[in-house]
Amino acid sequence: MSKFKKKKGGDLPAISTASLPDIVFMLLFFFMVATVMRQNTLKIENNLPFADQVEKLDKKDLVMYIYAGKPSANYKQYGSQARIQLNDDFASVSEIASFIAAERASKREELVPFLTTALKVDGETNMGIVGDIKQELRKVNALKINYTTKKGSVLNQ
Amino acid sequence: MAKRAAPEVNAGSMADIAFLLLIFFLVTTTIEVDSGLNRKLPPIEETEPPVIKQKNIFTVLLNGNDQLLVEDEIMEIKDLRQAAIDFLDNGGDGSCSYCKGKRNPDSSDNPTKAIISLKNERETSYKQYISVQNELVAAYNVLRNKRAEALYGMSFTEMEANANDVNWPGNKAKLKDQIDQIKEEYPQKLSEVQ
Repeated sequence: MSKFKKKKGGDLPAISTASLPDIVFMLLFFFMVATVMRQNTLKIENNLPFADQVEKLDKKDLVMYIYAGKPSANYKQYGSQARIQLNDDFASVSEIASFIAAERASKREELVPFLTTALKVDGETNMGIVGDIKQELRKVNALKINYTTKKGSVLNQ
Repeated sequence: MAKRAAPEVNAGSMADIAFLLLIFFLVTTTIEVDSGLNRKLPPIEETEPPVIKQKNIFTVLLNGNDQLLVEDEIMEIKDLRQAAIDFLDNGGDGSCSYCKGKRNPDSSDNPTKAIISLKNERETSYKQYISVQNELVAAYNVLRNKRAEALYGMSFTEMEANANDVNWPGNKAKLKDQIDQIKEEYPQKLSEVQ
């Protein structure tokens, strides 16, 4: 036998938090849709230069990424010279050919001619290493390239 | 008869779960930059390069200290775009009916013959190289935009965007022909010296 007393007083009723999950879910879905999982862990500094005449790379699965730049702070033991990174590790110029061959083999045959190589190169890198990469790409006949840049004016960077 | 309310499920922890997921996606999100300058590398060929008149070549030299030498004169990067436009749009021999240039006989004959030659050294910084590439591509884009405005009342970039847009209602085949025509009138002839 119990009796509950109804509380009656001047207290303000608590604000309902029932709609909080809805708000959070909304944000959650936004980030889920906008997220692109990083394919490669970068071991180099990758501060891309600016350009304003850019075109979009639309088919993401048909892009091969080649990174280059100075080793980042955690990998100082590799020196301060600019290095090439393929997939998850440092590589030398001669490994580019086999990298391209492996990427081509992993795609359907009819899509191979549409493959583009995206060069993500740090702005402070010398052109020497970029020239070497380009020469290597010419040798394996991967001629479509894209210099990936950030969008912005080139004059006041 | 007393009306019995269905027991309510406690949704208080739902927010916590959602927050957990939200924070996970916040941390893993990198809004990727996947745009840049598209270029095509020349295939390795054994054939002899054709002989080209010196006045049809616009030489851009980029040295190890990121200094710019254009047609044997030192130039700032901000002036490069205009210089390239003047060169391409010159129309020296009068065979180009749509050129708006000065028709200087010592500069290029026709946009279809004009070639920009870019040479850089190993010590050149990548940033500077991209800036120069960007300005040269911009010069072509400016000319193509002007030509497209005059012919079709629409800028060239707009036309290309429409051609790639699946929802664009107009006639795609016709648009492609128009784009090809402008590309033919101002072909991108940008060669790099190794």
